[in-house]
Amino acid sequence: MKFGRSDAGRSIDDTQGGLLMSTKSLTVALAGNPNSGKTTIFNNITGARQHVGNYPGVTVERREGFRRYQGKELLLVDLPGTYSLTAHSLDELVARNVIVNEKPDIIVNILDASNLERNLYLAVQLLELERPVVLALNMTDVAEARGLKINDELLSHKLGISVVRMVGNRNRGTDDLLQMVSDAAAANAHQPFNLDYGQEIEAKIKLVTEALEALTEVKYPLRWLAIKLLENDQDVSSAIKLVVGGFKILSLVEQARGELKVIFNDEPELVIAESRYRFVGEVYRQVAPANNDLGKTTSDRIDNVLTHRVLGLPIFFGIMWLLFNIVFTVGAYPQEWLEQGITWGGAFLGQNLADGALKSLVVDGIIGGVGSVISFLPNILLLFLGIALLEDTGYMARAAFVVDRVMRAVGLHGKSFIPLLLGFGCSVPAIMGTRTLENPRDRMVTILVAPLMSCSARLPVYTLLTAAFFSPQLAGTVLFSVYVAGIVLAIFMALIFRKFLFPGAAEAFVMEMPPYHLPTIRSIFTHMWERSVLYLKKAGTLILVASILVWFATNYPTNIEYSKDYDQEKTQVEESFSAQVTQNILIPLQIENPEDNEALGALVGEIAAINDAKDKAEQALSAAAIADKLDELQQAQSILYPYAMQYYEFEQEKQSETEKIDKEQAGEKLAKSYAGQFGKTIEPVIRPLGFDWKIGVSLVSAMAAKEVLVSTLGTIYDVGEIDEEDSTSLQEALAADPAFSPLVAYCLMIFTLIYSPCLAALAVLRRETNSWKWPAFSFCYSTVLAWIITLAVYQMGMMLS
Amino acid sequence: MIKTLNQLGSGETGVVIKVYGSGPVKRRIVDMGIVAETLIQVQKLAPLGDPMEIKVKNFNLSLRKSEAALIEVRT
Repeated sequence: MKFGRSDAGRSIDDTQGGLLMSTKSLTVALAGNPNSGKTTIFNNITGARQHVGNYPGVTVERREGFRRYQGKELLLVDLPGTYSLTAHSLDELVARNVIVNEKPDIIVNILDASNLERNLYLAVQLLELERPVVLALNMTDVAEARGLKINDELLSHKLGISVVRMVGNRNRGTDDLLQMVSDAAAANAHQPFNLDYGQEIEAKIKLVTEALEALTEVKYPLRWLAIKLLENDQDVSSAIKLVVGGFKILSLVEQARGELKVIFNDEPELVIAESRYRFVGEVYRQVAPANNDLGKTTSDRIDNVLTHRVLGLPIFFGIMWLLFNIVFTVGAYPQEWLEQGITWGGAFLGQNLADGALKSLVVDGIIGGVGSVISFLPNILLLFLGIALLEDTGYMARAAFVVDRVMRAVGLHGKSFIPLLLGFGCSVPAIMGTRTLENPRDRMVTILVAPLMSCSARLPVYTLLTAAFFSPQLAGTVLFSVYVAGIVLAIFMALIFRKFLFPGAAEAFVMEMPPYHLPTIRSIFTHMWERSVLYLKKAGTLILVASILVWFATNYPTNIEYSKDYDQEKTQVEESFSAQVTQNILIPLQIENPEDNEALGALVGEIAAINDAKDKAEQALSAAAIADKLDELQQAQSILYPYAMQYYEFEQEKQSETEKIDKEQAGEKLAKSYAGQFGKTIEPVIRPLGFDWKIGVSLVSAMAAKEVLVSTLGTIYDVGEIDEEDSTSLQEALAADPAFSPLVAYCLMIFTLIYSPCLAALAVLRRETNSWKWPAFSFCYSTVLAWIITLAVYQMGMMLS
Repeated sequence: MIKTLNQLGSGETGVVIKVYGSGPVKRRIVDMGIVAETLIQVQKLAPLGDPMEIKVKNFNLSLRKSEAALIEVRT
């Protein structure tokens, strides 16, 4: 094969300069293999002047940055890391579309010098796109350490383009690269590059190119188009189909492909790919002679331990355990501080705002919403710290390698394991963690089943119900069965989604195992920071809006007609209290107001203080100690003591009566709110599951976050504010309700497990899939599934009992 | 001797004769540099026996046995 140069290649419509904005601004696209250190170099060049978005309509990220260099403004676009430029992968399609449509002024191809041969395969394909290319030979230190000597001048000569040596991790060579980009832009000439594909294929390329010349609407390099058509590239074929005269060309291509297939006894695209590799191999052997391609590297030696036949799995589980604990256990501390800060903020605002709708909106709606957004932040920061570490060190590929056999059994990828594991902590980081999956189908299935892993917010619901309805001996088994049900359903649904939602042949697993290396602190923190800002900006606003909606639904309408006059009842309590005090205390003591006798007031205060001490954890007093203290008081003030004691008891009674009325009113208010009305409307639907409207209301408001189920039940059952950690009073109330039974409790646990992910998870799902379709689907499928499974459990339970 | 790649044990080497199969899987294998006359060495099998890790053109690659079965090698 010989390396030919000709001027045959040309690009039509060069006037459409894509992103080219002014003569002083240059667009530079960074292309390269995954693991070639591309993003590190991008960060070195742009520093903080960068932002991340999405390519329109797809989930592929678009990363852009800016840099001023020698009076020129550079706009850098970091293309997705790819091995090739086929239409089989979305990343590859996006990368090449940027190059052919936006026509960047310069393409910088970053190559891993320690893995030059395969990296050059992409370089050749970039050159075929007929845009100016420069090569950045990265990781030259690693290559040298492995005894690889690369003659970069010869490489530059062979390919006809400039080459610069770099060590991205140590920020070496960045200025040389910028200088080279600047020079190449000034020269404004790209070397035409034509790889000779051999007589038979070249004849067909010529044929197709000539046919394409007749078309007027084409603005891509013709030789490249011809090659892509012969490679049966679906994206290019369907584009040509739309052009006038396109059909004729496609039938010509079809015929040419048929003839080539006969000649080579293989598909033309593979013959073309092999030709590229043959060319690349020849170049490689000339610029880096005498290399032992199978030599053992340090990485191989580390791998001997980390992916060891016996040790591999224990090490993997150890690392996963560590990741889970860092994200959730360590994350719990800052989470608690943040929540406390928010509570204080809410209390502060509460004191300084007049009672009314505004106060309720700010304190319960907005502060509550902001609180739920921010409380995820520590988890997300730590999750991406963990993921960045796993990815950048190279362990992520090993983790997928070790566990793929298991995940494949359910139609998933080895890398799905990490998001699913995180699901046991919280669905929000789990869904965000699916970014490590390159293949969109694997990623979607993982996103859809991850919420079936029982997250920690569901635990308070389970503990409430198991404690109320199951004996301590059974509680563990019941809890365990719910967790197992989630895993089994996830497996089942993954298989179904694979089969019906994302059918077709499986994608290749074929995965590079990049050499282990020490990540830079900078790249890890950039990664963490970027993700967290994205979360706050995109998902955060949605979560906030959703929280306010739920607040509204549970607090409005306000002009409710209550079944009885609560205010009047409270006045009655107040009046009977006054009457009792007057009759039993004021008259015998011959005073008009309790305040008239200062000693009495002081004594009541002391009695109250002693009794309060009983409840305070830090100075808890036993019943005996309290009795002793009261005796002391009685001996000291024997005359006044009985009156003071009586006053104290009347006051206690009044308080508890008033609280009871308040709780009853709050319960009725919730029952008549929009959420409550909705709960009652859906009662016929959830009746077959053994649920009444009270559970309906709770399930609706628990859409905000699943642990809210506990506090809503608390409000409905008139037991007031419920601490999610300690819900004894609610347990008693539930156990006393004839509508509940162990079976209903178990059904509620199962329903809570399966039904729609919480609004925060749906918001993240929307952000991560870049469409409303998937959160809507997730909501529907999981709620329907929850209904079916719970129905089956309830009806079977009823038959058995 | 002619075998498929999945039949090789760890440490064994082979030279690629042809890649079978079709579609994205075959294309990916070829894009990763597994083309005729390429030297491959099997590094190891994963703890559960699948996938396998190979060394090719100076880098390490993991692929499932079902994918390795598409690669015909001369040992």
